[in-house]
Amino acid sequence: MSTVIRVDGIAKSYGEVRAVDHVSLEVGANECLALLGPSGCGKTTLLRLMAGLETPDAGTIAIDGADMTRTPPYGRPVNMMFQSYALFPHMTVADNVAFGLKQDRLAPSEVEARTKEALAAVELEALGARKPHQLSGGQRQRVALARCIAKRPKALLLDEPMAALDKHLRERTQLELLALRRRLGISFVVVTHDQDEAMTMADRIAVMDKGRILQIDTPRALYERPATQGVARFFGDINLWPSGLVVRPERIALSRASGDMEGVVIDIIYRGTATTYLVQTAELVVRVLRQNTGGDDDAQKGDKVFLSWPADAARMLSA
Amino acid sequence: MNVQAKTSLFAVWLWIGLVLLLPFAIVLKISFATAQLSVPPYGPPLTGANYAALVGDGLYVRAYLGSLRIALVSTALTLLLGYPMAYAIARAPVRWRQILLLLVVLPFWTSFLVRIYAWIGLLRPTGLINLVLESLGVIAEPLRLLNTDGAVYLGIVYAYLPFMVLPLYARLEKLDPALLEAAADLGARPWSTFLKITLPLSRPGVIAGCLLVFIPTVGEFVIPELLGGPDTLMIGKVLWTEFFTNRNWPMSAAVAVILLAVLVLPIMWFQAAQKEEARA
Repeated sequence: MSTVIRVDGIAKSYGEVRAVDHVSLEVGANECLALLGPSGCGKTTLLRLMAGLETPDAGTIAIDGADMTRTPPYGRPVNMMFQSYALFPHMTVADNVAFGLKQDRLAPSEVEARTKEALAAVELEALGARKPHQLSGGQRQRVALARCIAKRPKALLLDEPMAALDKHLRERTQLELLALRRRLGISFVVVTHDQDEAMTMADRIAVMDKGRILQIDTPRALYERPATQGVARFFGDINLWPSGLVVRPERIALSRASGDMEGVVIDIIYRGTATTYLVQTAELVVRVLRQNTGGDDDAQKGDKVFLSWPADAARMLSA
Repeated sequence: MNVQAKTSLFAVWLWIGLVLLLPFAIVLKISFATAQLSVPPYGPPLTGANYAALVGDGLYVRAYLGSLRIALVSTALTLLLGYPMAYAIARAPVRWRQILLLLVVLPFWTSFLVRIYAWIGLLRPTGLINLVLESLGVIAEPLRLLNTDGAVYLGIVYAYLPFMVLPLYARLEKLDPALLEAAADLGARPWSTFLKITLPLSRPGVIAGCLLVFIPTVGEFVIPELLGGPDTLMIGKVLWTEFFTNRNWPMSAAVAVILLAVLVLPIMWFQAAQKEEARA
């Protein structure tokens, strides 16, 4: 897999705050990489460094094999979709999309053809003459997307692409973005604070905190083999023993007959597809998640039960 | 509409009627009267002769054109100076902006007349500028700075700059920085971003600032009177001369009526621009 963006030891501070603290990573061709972390973790700054909207204090950024550490944004073959979309309010939808093409001094016929093509890709051909304020939130997002892809960038940088959308629109839009990416064959770097979104969209996820990357891997590896308790907690529920032992609730089997650990059911939470059992053991209240597939011998509140789990489900993790 | 709203609307119309429409009606009436030696110095018969003189006498036409020219040039100069100032203030760190804006309006704390007289002190042959240039050996003879059109432009730009800077600042300060970043990201160099994004989006501020300078400048009297030369021909001076020196009230009333008519067009444009701004 060839590399489209290579970030090497990049650092950026604002006064005393180290927003990005010597981060290195690579974005592969045709890859979707998510930068995931709480607000203030430096993920947006890292994205802006890739776009050239911030200048790094240290480190280098290479795009498509060329060093672009000091290249201004207008010289970089990547485009950014802003969280607010940043559509030009005084221009029509078509003019917004054509703006970047005109900057490249393409022939008018070429500008027109590629504008149409980009608007068609996001199914907005009919709305080219509208102004941004006449569009819905979802339509605006698609204009912002069309404006970027019309430039045929090496990579598309998306800053919280779903943040301004209604909840019910998000999932559909995530899948649409994935389909579009496959069709166009360009790399995505997506900044998000939502682990579901990261897991849905990304081939790999870089989990960030305090300007550093805690772990970078596939969604499955991050969930099953987290490097730290923090990463484990970021993706779903965990049971954490004082010793540092971590077991996911769905990996624990519950039996009335036998098991490795003894406990008493103190509460049962029914959740439709699954049920969570809270089991008081010697050291802590363990959560056990059981799929409601039917036919199970249901434990009742107050029952004495035994817990067990396969060896590969238990991990010793540092904080 | 409730009673309170009706009352306040009535107050507005009463105010406009008493201090604007009624005086204008009186001026309009006087402009059609005939000048005579009496108190007040006009009387019947009604005549359009004043207006005929305005159009027929080249002096008046030249004075109107001179006023428009000086107002246009000084508005352009004020815009060229005021835009970068407003832009710089709008882009300054937030904690600086209030102080910088305060500095822009600071001259208003001193009397307008005093400030214009101060310029006389600076510009006259024995003034500060000439003294410094002479002592530095840059010039042998004092330059004629005062009583020139240049001094009038200087005075107008100086006096009206805040009226340009404030509406421009209000507009530029609202400009979303993400739009400029997006333009750069899409391949626009800084100058291109300015021409295609910043300037069009600040257009209502440009129009408001230009009219706030242009409209009062056309009728400006004090600055050309104090800083201008004998050949500085502006309609404000003509009006003054007709009224106080010639005591020709009907003539000066006609001059004022035509001045208003000349300004109605830009004022209507201003209104349209303000509506546009309210919509955006």
